[in-house]
Amino acid sequence: MAIPISYNVRNLVLRKGLTLMTALGIALTVTTAIFLMALIAGLNKAFVSSGNPLNVLVLRKGSEAELSGGFDAALYPTLKTLPGIAKDSHGEPMTSGEWVVVIILPRKDGTGEVNVTVRGMMPDGLEMRPSAKLVEGRWFQTGQREVVVSKSIRDRFSHANIGDSMEFGKGSWKVVGVFDAGGSAYESEVWGDVNQMASDFDRQGGYSSAYLRATDPISAEALKNRVSDDQRLKLEGMIEKDYYAKQTSSGAPIKVIGIVVAFIMAIGSIFAAMNTMYAAVAYRGREIATLRVIGFSRPAILTSFVLESLLLALLGAAAGILLMLPFNGMQTGTSNAVTFSEVVFALRITWQVAGFAILFALVMGFVGGLAPAWHAARQNILNALRG
Amino acid sequence: MTLGSFVVRNTFRNKRRSVLTMISISFSLLLLTLMMSIWRTFYLDPGTPDAAKRIITRDRVSLAFFLPAFYRDKIRSIPGVVAVAPMTYFGNRFKDDRAANAFAQVATDPEEYPKVASDKVIPADQLLAWQRDRTGALVDVELAKKYGWKIGDRITLQSPYFPVAPELTIRAMYTIDPPVRALYFNTKYLEESVDWFKGQAGWYITQVDTANHVAPVSQAIDETFRNSPQRTKTESQQAFQLSFVATLGNVKAFILSICGAVVFTILLVSANTMAMSIRGRTREVAVLKTLGFTRQSLLAMFVGEAVALSVAGGMFGVLAATGAIQWLTHSSLAIGIPAGMRVTFPTMLASLLVAATVGFISGCLPAYNAARINIVDGLRHIG
Repeated sequence: MAIPISYNVRNLVLRKGLTLMTALGIALTVTTAIFLMALIAGLNKAFVSSGNPLNVLVLRKGSEAELSGGFDAALYPTLKTLPGIAKDSHGEPMTSGEWVVVIILPRKDGTGEVNVTVRGMMPDGLEMRPSAKLVEGRWFQTGQREVVVSKSIRDRFSHANIGDSMEFGKGSWKVVGVFDAGGSAYESEVWGDVNQMASDFDRQGGYSSAYLRATDPISAEALKNRVSDDQRLKLEGMIEKDYYAKQTSSGAPIKVIGIVVAFIMAIGSIFAAMNTMYAAVAYRGREIATLRVIGFSRPAILTSFVLESLLLALLGAAAGILLMLPFNGMQTGTSNAVTFSEVVFALRITWQVAGFAILFALVMGFVGGLAPAWHAARQNILNALRG
Repeated sequence: MTLGSFVVRNTFRNKRRSVLTMISISFSLLLLTLMMSIWRTFYLDPGTPDAAKRIITRDRVSLAFFLPAFYRDKIRSIPGVVAVAPMTYFGNRFKDDRAANAFAQVATDPEEYPKVASDKVIPADQLLAWQRDRTGALVDVELAKKYGWKIGDRITLQSPYFPVAPELTIRAMYTIDPPVRALYFNTKYLEESVDWFKGQAGWYITQVDTANHVAPVSQAIDETFRNSPQRTKTESQQAFQLSFVATLGNVKAFILSICGAVVFTILLVSANTMAMSIRGRTREVAVLKTLGFTRQSLLAMFVGEAVALSVAGGMFGVLAATGAIQWLTHSSLAIGIPAGMRVTFPTMLASLLVAATVGFISGCLPAYNAARINIVDGLRHIG
């Protein structure tokens, strides 16, 4: 017969101080783990939610990112006439030749300078990215030295408000609008007119990439293959969504650091929990012996103490999650491993993150509680009753 | 029996508890020492004396833009400049896409680069061989060891930025402590293979005569190109490297928050242990008091126990961290870990000091409670 769980709960309550301190120790470890996992979850969200499955991105063959691409502008008209391209609001094929450069902007909080992606696009470029919504001001106009910035760029960098001037290329650019890209990778970009940008950076006669909007997923696949297979073009097509999915590798440094830090802290917490549980067993030697005399079996005692340790860990996990909740949605940035520019993302404490945190705490509680519980179950009844 | 040995004996009277506490604390301090070492490497390490005399000039807007070749001569004419070398980042891939096989590949000028990077030791005959072979390469000895390269071996590089795959012959190897696992080859070779790259360079690295001239020369360089089509940004080599660290995010806040969590964890663990340990000794404390031990000496005894325990745990942690960093910086698994990272003596001391302080604070409250025990109540106490 099993020992009722209320026995464990009341024991934890009885030794409030000890319970609280051990649980807090576990909570801190859980907090660190949640923090790192939320960073990775946010970063993955930024890349996974980016890109439209109907947009086909065209790059120079062999280059993996828009930044290292670049092809002759003479190829662009050929791309525009390919079959399977959707029509834009003017009845023309919906395509956009684009220029992507990386510029340095100073962070608002003074923690250094960061590479930011600047994208020059054709008017269709905006039409192809309906996920980006204007929240303030207006879109840039073709032929003008105007740019629109994403909301997070405005928040994180100086000189990025409407009416401000940004200095890059051959002069200043007027900020005329702010857009919200819903946490996607566009959230880290500045957009302007492609011709203005190309002339500023002496790159007329070329594009770093082209975007083609397909009519449906099947023609998107066909369009991608057609571009890649054409030997004369020496270009490569890929679905925009796949392009961004590949960039999730940017989270690798955080992931490695996160695993190392969480692992070391977890070991420390396991030993602390073990200590607490050993003390709990030691105090209750006579009590445990009594339970045995009444008829509770060794497995029942073992289970009971492991359960108590798990309860302790659960308490720690709950405290850890509560401690971290205020940070949910906090914005931060890191370097994109593919483009070397800053990618802005928000800390996201998802259900998976919370679930994993609880599991993580339970593992700590289990490993920490097993040895003391074993010790409790193995005690000699007579000696314990006498002690 | 002196007070000191009394403390030591008491610390280890419950061996299991002491050992568990020590292990717990040592892991926390391992992490703390690691974090402090990273901090030191990034923000406090002044680097070698040679490195302190190097400055880097790049395009003001972005590293992605190349600088024209004539900038080099203009930089050279600035007083205080000893040598200038063009540098172009070719890529970091080797053989496959795996990060384990990544190392920096840089195109430069074999004549002048060795003068700028005078801390890289190259045998004279090898250097001459590298300078004479346009398709030659200079590699780090450690890197050569990893791939089993010998002088005269041929390797092929690939790049995401340049549409060529240069075939190089290893002509020279350099040693430097700490190792910089990189490969250098002739920028002329790259210029010949890639049309649009002719007469350009990614950035310029300059050696100035004394460390004091770093700031004025940097300013003078930027001033020279103020009205040129491409303005420049010049900074010390260390600042240049730090700017890459900065792109990773708010590293300082990140390290500090982890350190904070670690210190607080040690505090909890240590306080927990002391509370448990003292609670089991209520009757004993009363006996000691009856024997004439004052409150102060009892307090000192318990706090001493806490400090001894956390410092002992701390020592293991610091040793483990030193070993871990030593292993990491010398293993080929270490990607992106600064080779100069090591646990210095001040870092060790700081870690132990943290351990001692935390032990002291954690011991205070339980010890104070114990010292206040009423003798009669204490003797009656059933632990």
